[in-house]
Amino acid sequence: MFSIRAKKRRDGFVLDVDIEVSAPGVVALFGRSGCGKTTLVNIIAGLLPADEAHIVIDGWALDKDGKSLLAEHRGIGYVFQDARLFPHLDVMGNLRYGEKRAKARSVQNNENLRINPRRDAPRITLDVVAPLLGLEPLLSRRVHQLSGGERQRVALGRALLTRPRLLILDEPLASLDAARREEVLPYLEKLRDELAIPMIYVSHQFEEVLRLATHVVLMDKGKVLSQGSLDELSLHPELRAIVGPEAVGAVVHGLVESVDGGTGLANIRVGANVLRIHLREARAGAHIRAQLLARDIILATTRPDNLSVRNIMTGTIARIVPDDEDTELVYVDIGGASILSRVTRAASVALDLRAGLQVWALVKSVSIRGHAFVEGPARQQPAI
Amino acid sequence: MMLTAAEVDAVRLSLSIALRSVLFSLPLAILVAWLLTRRQLRGGLLLDAFVHLPLVLPPVVVGYLLLLLFGMRGPIGGWLYAHFGIQLVFTSAGAALATAVMSFPLMVRAIRISLEGVDAGLEDAARTLGAGAWDRFFTVTLPLMLPGILAGAVTAFSAGLGEFGAVITFVSNIPGETRTLPLALYTALQTPGGDAVAARLAAVSFSLGLIGLIAAEFIARRVRRMLGR
Repeated sequence: MFSIRAKKRRDGFVLDVDIEVSAPGVVALFGRSGCGKTTLVNIIAGLLPADEAHIVIDGWALDKDGKSLLAEHRGIGYVFQDARLFPHLDVMGNLRYGEKRAKARSVQNNENLRINPRRDAPRITLDVVAPLLGLEPLLSRRVHQLSGGERQRVALGRALLTRPRLLILDEPLASLDAARREEVLPYLEKLRDELAIPMIYVSHQFEEVLRLATHVVLMDKGKVLSQGSLDELSLHPELRAIVGPEAVGAVVHGLVESVDGGTGLANIRVGANVLRIHLREARAGAHIRAQLLARDIILATTRPDNLSVRNIMTGTIARIVPDDEDTELVYVDIGGASILSRVTRAASVALDLRAGLQVWALVKSVSIRGHAFVEGPARQQPAI
Repeated sequence: MMLTAAEVDAVRLSLSIALRSVLFSLPLAILVAWLLTRRQLRGGLLLDAFVHLPLVLPPVVVGYLLLLLFGMRGPIGGWLYAHFGIQLVFTSAGAALATAVMSFPLMVRAIRISLEGVDAGLEDAARTLGAGAWDRFFTVTLPLMLPGILAGAVTAFSAGLGEFGAVITFVSNIPGETRTLPLALYTALQTPGGDAVAARLAAVSFSLGLIGLIAAEFIARRVRRMLGR
């Protein structure tokens, strides 16, 4: 889908990245504040000159003969943290601003063949975007009458209507409170699932990454630490320093096998095990992702009985690494997936935990609730 | 209160000269304000100081410098006359030029302040939406600067009505051509028995100034509301 190589040196800060993404979807650029995420996306969008940059989107290079394209010719949509709606235009005026220019651009480009327009580009029109983002009631409003969440939705719509080759979202939820975030997140999920636009999502909130990302690039101090699927990244040892010890936990993917109508518990196949989770939107056949926090996973060396815990997975210990002074992180292979458990050193010694040992991993369904999400086009409206 | 034909002439001339000076200097003032705000010019400080000179120089000095540059034998004035037949000395056009130079700093200041208030991030947003440099200037920056531009124009116009020193030095005091309101007032004071004329003209000056300032504030409020602030 796209590849990005960029270098920039500024005031002692060095950005040097090489990113390769082959599948469509949402690429999360994840890392601490100040690690160079925004610098990188500004280089990609053409708002910031790089010392050296080579960016290819869908086989289309953003530089030609050593000269990089101007931002206004890149066809990259950008949703800023602070929305940046034009205050002198109403919502409709904002939405139309980019749309008009994108049309002019595609005509012009067809003529001089400077840019190869995407033939398969989805027909994104106001008629599609307005209902998708719930913008209909806002169209005639003035910008200063909008709430923070509404502003971001309008900014999203405005960027989408330029029919971008790539959509950059730079911490679009960072300036919103928790309730407003919940108001925007479902729309972002819908975009991911219903439009075939590759997105780069900048965030330092792991929860957003968990919900949205299909591919994660982990950045630190201007460098790419690691990139890959969310499952792989969630096991990365550097993640602990970025998200904090409490948020450490493996992300697993699963397939909903059935939903018990009575209890509302969904049976979800993860590797060789089945997890039971409360997930209202889940239907049989849906794919889900869930983060199993390391602090919530209990390990047993014999099969436990008579417990209220709904989820007992079997697996073998792959390795054990020190966590902090008193605890260890245990990597457990549950057959096709890995999970993490944090145990005290004392427990580890008492149970004689070691690599290769068979264990039972226990997690309460209520612990997973809120950390599990349905993904992909199979997601359903919640049944009423 | 009735004005004589000569007095009406002076008022009309003042209005026309002030208006022409504003129309002439407005685009230039926007350009200079933009250069000083949005570009890191090497000579930025010097340009800034140069623009503000008329505020601190005696107006007579400005008029004298204009005479040197734009006089019939001056480097610019001679060239203008030779190529376009344009004469500035002793004409109302010259009066408009002198007025424009004197009120230029006021205009640049007002526009600059409003431009500094325009978030450059909005211009970046316009770029990502496909707007080129001129496009985003005219569709984003300029509309958002509008309160400052209007305030600057009205202030410069009001100040221009009363420009005296630079005008009388550069274009002299010719009835019907360069005798503006303050010049007519000055002439009346020099004439025995001209007290009544002077008083009437002073009253007109006073009213025009007041109207101008109120209009400036009124427009600024309207535009601010339009921009949703």
